[in-house]
Amino acid sequence: MFAHEFMRNALLAGTFVGLACGLVGYFVVLRTQVFAGDALSHVAFTGALGAAVLGLDLLAGVFVATICGGLVIGALGERARADDVAIGSLFAWTLGLGALFLSIFTTQRSASNGTAGVRVLFGSIFGLSAHDVRVSVTIAIAAAAVLLVIARPLLFSSLDEGVAEAQGVPVRALGLLFLALLGVVCAEATQAIGALLLLGLLAAPAGAAQRLTTRPWAGLVVSAGLAVGSVWLGLTLAYVFPSLPPSSAVIGVAVAVYAVSLLSSRIVHWSIESTTR
Amino acid sequence: MVDAAVFQGLSWNLLDDFRQLFAYPFMVNALEAGTIVAVMAGVTGWFMVLRGQAFAGHTLSVIAFPGAAAAGWAGVPLAFGYFGFCGAGALILAAIAGTRRSLGAESAAIGSLQALALALGFLFVSLSHRILTGLDSLLFGTFLGITRSQVLVLLLVAVATVAVTAVAARPLFFASVDADVARASGVPVRLLGLGFLLVLGLSVAETSQITGALLVFALLVTPAATAHRLTSRPWLGLALAVALALAVTWAGLALAYFSIYPVGFYVTSLSFGLYVLVRIVTR
Repeated sequence: MFAHEFMRNALLAGTFVGLACGLVGYFVVLRTQVFAGDALSHVAFTGALGAAVLGLDLLAGVFVATICGGLVIGALGERARADDVAIGSLFAWTLGLGALFLSIFTTQRSASNGTAGVRVLFGSIFGLSAHDVRVSVTIAIAAAAVLLVIARPLLFSSLDEGVAEAQGVPVRALGLLFLALLGVVCAEATQAIGALLLLGLLAAPAGAAQRLTTRPWAGLVVSAGLAVGSVWLGLTLAYVFPSLPPSSAVIGVAVAVYAVSLLSSRIVHWSIESTTR
Repeated sequence: MVDAAVFQGLSWNLLDDFRQLFAYPFMVNALEAGTIVAVMAGVTGWFMVLRGQAFAGHTLSVIAFPGAAAAGWAGVPLAFGYFGFCGAGALILAAIAGTRRSLGAESAAIGSLQALALALGFLFVSLSHRILTGLDSLLFGTFLGITRSQVLVLLLVAVATVAVTAVAARPLFFASVDADVARASGVPVRLLGLGFLLVLGLSVAETSQITGALLVFALLVTPAATAHRLTSRPWLGLALAVALALAVTWAGLALAYFSIYPVGFYVTSLSFGLYVLVRIVTR
């Protein structure tokens, strides 16, 4: 398996993408911003195809779109329920715009780049070049480092916004910075597992980590570990079964791990209840 | 599809353009299907926004994609896949909502379900080797080639969902606005929640056959969100949501007919434009 260069590239990039998704995803779930992640993943699709239509670099388009998207979502306000609707309306339109770009792009140059839409939506981790991997690893490490630097105040403001604000934590600025960071991670993951599927790598390992431990630091580690493990196992499965698309395999493993964690925590819950009764 | 000798394009004679819209059977079918879909999406979307279930609604609409892909792979009619998967998805979402955990845990579960659905959809599409031709229309829809029988099925489903929603409208409204008080006064809140998700799944399964799995959500959420900003009175709001959904669908179909760009782009852009306008005006 390791003899193939495309496999080594995929594993290396996948490891760091998983790491970044797991770390950021833990906070996404903690702050109940999974819907924002959902929205940003769709923004990534439009960004990539917009860049393709204009003849620009796809990756640059994705990054610009998702970071701007994150900031716009931040400006629309956080947490309140009505805002879900605003976010939803915005990204429904973004997706319509993506459909327009897709149709322009496929009619413009049908032969060579006909699969660009599919690649953006569902990723192309086995098609990464050595250069792609270097870029991807660098960005993932940078995103993880920024997150770890702001982790402590971010955790504080995520758990109790009011108290954190009273203590002088810049809650609003942190929220915006976090959404921009989420945008970076979404853009990063788009190349590997695709705009439509990256939500699974954000939500599932983090959800599992929250079931397995209530301690935040342990949760961060567990979440990142599960995400990286899902990528490894998923890529291996895709290698063994060639008809299985790698991004589907990765998401399948991640969601299976989450389902197992739900079941196991429920069984523990039942057994505790039955012994105390 | 369109005979170049007869097709005139957009002219300055508006009446003539209007008549031309109805000149082809495929366009009449599309307009009828669009009308049915818009009414259904307006009604269910209004309740979805009221109940704060935008994320669940989006997930349900995305589940239509693996449904269609699985049906295409197995060689059974697409409608079975749409209804089967959306129905199952509604049951799973109701089970997730029923566990009453924290909001974060619930949204993590919904997000995981959505990603799993899309991953399965991609798996089915790549198994059936129809990536390029099938995928775009499954995801982004097509209003060409809607048949009479499709319109009839649409109509039946729409009448059923709207009738169920109308019968349950009062208790559903009560349960959506204040679940605790409704429960205390004997309204079956959980049953209503499950029933609503099933109705939503049904209408999403229908709608996505026309608009594509990725664009259903636009017709569900945006007109309803606009209506909620304009009025808080339930019946007026419902009517407004339906009217807005109808207007953007008709205008979108007409624009798409006279241009080369996809209908989904026009429908989403028009409804989002209206939403932004209303947000600015009502501020």
